Amino acid sequence: MNNIVLHIDHVHKTFAGLHALADVNLDIRQGETHAIIGPNGAGKSTLLNVCVGRLEPTQGKVLFDGVELTGRHPHEICQLGVARVFQTPEIFGDLTVIENVMMSMLARRDGAFSLHLFSRFDAQHEIVSTAEKVLTDLGLGYHFNHLASALSRGDKRRLELAMCLTQKPKLLLLDEPTAGMARADTNATVDLLKKIKQSGMTIVIIEHDMHVVFSLADRITVLANGRVIAQGAPEEIKGNPKVIEAYLGDEEL
Amino acid sequence: MRNTKVRDVILLGCFAVAAVAAPLLAAPFGAGYPDLLVKFAIFGIFAVGFNILFGLTGYLSFGHAVFLGVGSYAAVWSFKLVSVNILPAVIGAILVSGLFALAIGYVSLRRSGIYFSILTLAFAQMCYNLAYSVLTPITNGETGLRVLRDDPRYLDSAVGVLGQSPSLFGLPMTGWTGYYVCAAVLVVAFAFSVAIFRSPFGMTLRAIKTNQNRMGYTGFNSRPYLLTAFVISGMYAGLAGSLMAATDPLAGAERMQWTASGEVVLMTILGGAGTLLGPVLGSGVIKYFENIFSAYNEAQLGTTLSFLPESIHDGVVKTLSLFVGEGWQLTLGLLFMVVVIFLPGGIMEGVMRVFRVKHTPPVKSLGDSAQRDIVGESVIEEMPADYGAHPAPEKALAEAKIGTTAQ
Ligand SMILES: Nc1ncnc2c1ncn2[C@@H]1O[C@H](COP(=O)(O)OP(=O)(O)O)[C@@H](O)[C@H]1O
Ligand SMILES: [Mg+2]
Repeated sequence: MNNIVLHIDHVHKTFAGLHALADVNLDIRQGETHAIIGPNGAGKSTLLNVCVGRLEPTQGKVLFDGVELTGRHPHEICQLGVARVFQTPEIFGDLTVIENVMMSMLARRDGAFSLHLFSRFDAQHEIVSTAEKVLTDLGLGYHFNHLASALSRGDKRRLELAMCLTQKPKLLLLDEPTAGMARADTNATVDLLKKIKQSGMTIVIIEHDMHVVFSLADRITVLANGRVIAQGAPEEIKGNPKVIEAYLGDEEL
Repeated sequence: MRNTKVRDVILLGCFAVAAVAAPLLAAPFGAGYPDLLVKFAIFGIFAVGFNILFGLTGYLSFGHAVFLGVGSYAAVWSFKLVSVNILPAVIGAILVSGLFALAIGYVSLRRSGIYFSILTLAFAQMCYNLAYSVLTPITNGETGLRVLRDDPRYLDSAVGVLGQSPSLFGLPMTGWTGYYVCAAVLVVAFAFSVAIFRSPFGMTLRAIKTNQNRMGYTGFNSRPYLLTAFVISGMYAGLAGSLMAATDPLAGAERMQWTASGEVVLMTILGGAGTLLGPVLGSGVIKYFENIFSAYNEAQLGTTLSFLPESIHDGVVKTLSLFVGEGWQLTLGLLFMVVVIFLPGGIMEGVMRVFRVKHTPPVKSLGDSAQRDIVGESVIEEMPADYGAHPAPEKALAEAKIGTTAQ
């Protein structure tokens, strides 16, 4: 049991009568890459929102490293070591690319609140150099001083990923990291995620692109209509008739 | 990001020189007299502080004049009870207004956007009314609080200092010495705001302005940052208020009126919110208009325009006289509209354009477009975080029914 990083326990989420999540149970193991798949509206993003404190579950609870996350603020959950990349990139649009990454390192170094009134932001040399390195590694090297809002969608996602990585999280939650990316970009992202995975990071990834899912995931959970309909190793999922049905049903819509 | 330190030092140097040379610089505009320059300096401090809140975080307070008023009252009480020296008055005013800001900010910052603005406005009106009613023993109501000959001034009487007009260790707060004391305070206040703008704290405030959601998922607790910014800007206002009392030792509640709160908003936006120099320029322009244009009357206008042919002279004078004297706010309103429409970044944007400094890199997004994403998906993510967090309709309805039957 002690290698369970994230324990999602009988979680329900209701939106004005709509059951977005109905009795979801899920355990994420230390060091695994766990893919969550399912048709649109299955409740995948909602599940992550419940984990990071964006939404309160209607019922049930979420434990991270044995600590209960339900009822905590997003910043507390983040400081515990959970980082999240959103489906629509959430970045600081009016700050430059490097400032975005530096902000996330600042939170990591100084905690949720600190009063640094008399040092200079741009004189935090160790932070500047690490940020430059991370950005260069992610292929955003020539964008350092561009406004984040001016980046392409793919680059925004990469920037958000860079921000999450510099938080040195214990758990990385990715919501469709390749959506809206061209094929070449997707492949680059998969390579990058493989590297992150090899570093021992525990990853939860929501993904529509089965090519991405099967090249990364150790285990897969399939959600449909807010319920877990299947769970297991990629090979088991591939042949599961319920999964095929859920996807075919979606296709027909 | 490079060499900003050198740039800031140069900026500060120029600012200090301009403050010292202000009497000469303002003379050609007919503004080179101490009373007006003191106003420039004091309202400059007020606006610089307001900008730390509004310019950096985007939280628009509509009640900042409260802290100006509180600072004034605190300073006058210090002149009455402690000493005519402005030092204890200034320090006391900063502390008291800081406490007020802490209380008002703590409550108001539970909301953002327009609700925050309304809350601050409500607090301001409350304080304004209290000053005229319950708190008259402290504020002396409509008469205003003034320094009297027989006030105790315990510290002064202990050390044997005489006199009842405020001074800085004997330097009178009237005339040119008054201006230079205020100007020195302005320079220090400005330098402090530059430090805040460049600090990690200031950058955090900016980040809050762009995306408060991301702040949480980055691990920042936005609330204490906002509250600190609110308190700092309230203290700036208190400082400005104490200098007002020092140069004119009479504190009245009209300093807390909502028009005064609105004025500092105008100053900041006119000059350029979020820029370092903008608020100082904005307050200068507004105080200039208030003093110079309002003092202009129809007769003066007639003489100035006497070169016009007789036939149109009277008409032109009549029309223009609408914009001077009592009507100076009309001119100000027009100016404000022109600036906001053509230079949304305020006067500073104009200055930047003139010097062709581009502060935002003109990079346009290329590559993948939003359309390639599943449209419904991105819409869902952009819903407010608390959407759907309220009770489901059936439940709300049931509660409502219970409410009606209980009546
Ligand atoms: N904040 C919200 N308010 C109301 N309904 C929501 C909200 N977020 C998600 N939903 C609904 O919950 C269901 C699951 O959505 P979501 O988790 O985004 O699905 P997906 O699996 O595609 O990520 C959808 O029907 C969606 O309309
Ligand atoms: Mg989703």
